[in-house]
Amino acid sequence: MIETITSYGSQTLGPAWPMVWSLARILAIVLPVLGLVAYLTLWERRLIGWFHIRRGPNRVGPLGLLQPIADAVKLLTKEIISPSQADKSLFFLAPMVILMPALAAWAVIPFAPGIVLADINAGLLYVMAITSVGVYGVIIAGWASNSKYAFLGAMRAAAQMVSYEIGMGFVLVTVLMVSGTLNMTEIVLGQNVGWFADRGLNFLSWNWLPLFPLFVIYVVSSIAETNRHPFDVVEGESEIVAGHMVEYSGMSFAIFFLAEYANMILLSTVATIMFLGGWAAPIDLGQLLGFETLPWVASLSGWFWLFAKVFFVVSLFIWFRASFPRYRYDQIMRLGWKIFIPLTLVWLVVIAVWMQTPWNIWSAG
Amino acid sequence: MGAIREFFDSLLLRELVKGLALTGRYAFARKITIQYPEEKTPLSPRFRGLHALRRYPNGEERCIACKLCEAVCPALAITIESDQREDGTRRTTRYDIDLTKCIFCGLCEESCPVDSIVETNILEYHGEERGDLYFTKPMLLAIGDRYEPEIAAAREADAPYR
Repeated sequence: MIETITSYGSQTLGPAWPMVWSLARILAIVLPVLGLVAYLTLWERRLIGWFHIRRGPNRVGPLGLLQPIADAVKLLTKEIISPSQADKSLFFLAPMVILMPALAAWAVIPFAPGIVLADINAGLLYVMAITSVGVYGVIIAGWASNSKYAFLGAMRAAAQMVSYEIGMGFVLVTVLMVSGTLNMTEIVLGQNVGWFADRGLNFLSWNWLPLFPLFVIYVVSSIAETNRHPFDVVEGESEIVAGHMVEYSGMSFAIFFLAEYANMILLSTVATIMFLGGWAAPIDLGQLLGFETLPWVASLSGWFWLFAKVFFVVSLFIWFRASFPRYRYDQIMRLGWKIFIPLTLVWLVVIAVWMQTPWNIWSAG
Repeated sequence: MGAIREFFDSLLLRELVKGLALTGRYAFARKITIQYPEEKTPLSPRFRGLHALRRYPNGEERCIACKLCEAVCPALAITIESDQREDGTRRTTRYDIDLTKCIFCGLCEESCPVDSIVETNILEYHGEERGDLYFTKPMLLAIGDRYEPEIAAAREADAPYR
């Protein structure tokens, strides 16, 4: 079907077609992501409600399913205030700078074998680079607001995001080492081979098992990266109101919110691809019981499992938020610099040595 | 030895896992939310809601204009004027309760020697304008007439404990 569309398009539009086709594919990724972001806010409120033995929002539409739409309408109709002392252009640029990397990083995320916007070889590097840009948005927002709380929040955010990026970088370097490639699709495919995968027990050959400490560190770091509980001193309500977002209102505030949740989904998806075997089913029934899996069943189950795994990791984020009190700022820094970085470095060396021994379980090396 | 154990305890996130297990259990616990318009909490017969003036079964109003309630009211929400009726009994000509002042302490009800002024268990009422919550004697009597069975039942239920 896709071939028919591309051939028809290139015939009718000629040289403009590749651009139109890319644009269409970008929209096909960005719009569902934004929709998921909206519904993630609802899921977060419901789930936290359950953790509090409450029911959560269930009044707007069946099961509260229209709540995100009501929220969006509310935020859209609110006045956008900008402080008189603010740097107007930077003030309105900042939300864009935060949101754009959160969406741009989706370009290299493979959703299924071959279903990826840009199947580049440096995919992992691209994700690392692009997600680092987000911190600029936070700094610009805090600086342009010309408000001391916003400024303090921005400073905290900058220091925190930069610190945890290092630990996260080492984790991803280890993953890169064991898979021997930076290409996201190949990282997923590389996880689904091995002794267990040959017997249909895919989930035992995924990276999370041999690299379990790193998986934990990755999840914790990605919570710190997205400035969420228990690492949300950046917007600590009780001390600095809302940090860098304090002067924003209406839709410009909503964009910060969108970016935070888009980043959550993005980092969960990266975690899924790095550690949880991407789109692969945890147990390959066809392999296990010895029958041929139909191709359409395989592709459909791929989408389902990717969604289920991302959903699981995102729910973990929310679970942590409902369980833990906020860290003190110096403790956050201590965790990042004095624990995660040495721990990941040691584990990196351990894995490197492991890969040189005859007991190397990875194909690369 | 203790230090080593502590080190591994914190490294293996034992306490965090315990905390997660606790919240995880609560996530599946029975929810305590009362979904208000459809579900309501039970009300005690002593519940102090909207006021009412009661009558005797023969239709005579109970209030004898003793003004104890007016005197006891801590919020000065009650205003009473009285006069002698043609049959020589003492009756109120005006009995107003300003519900915007009322603190629903129930002292008027306690002080009433003839159980005339009572607080019902009605809590869902509203005023759309300023002044809507200024209840006059006919309004209070109307509430009493309308909810007399409920009011009487609530007094009956509470009587053994007074």
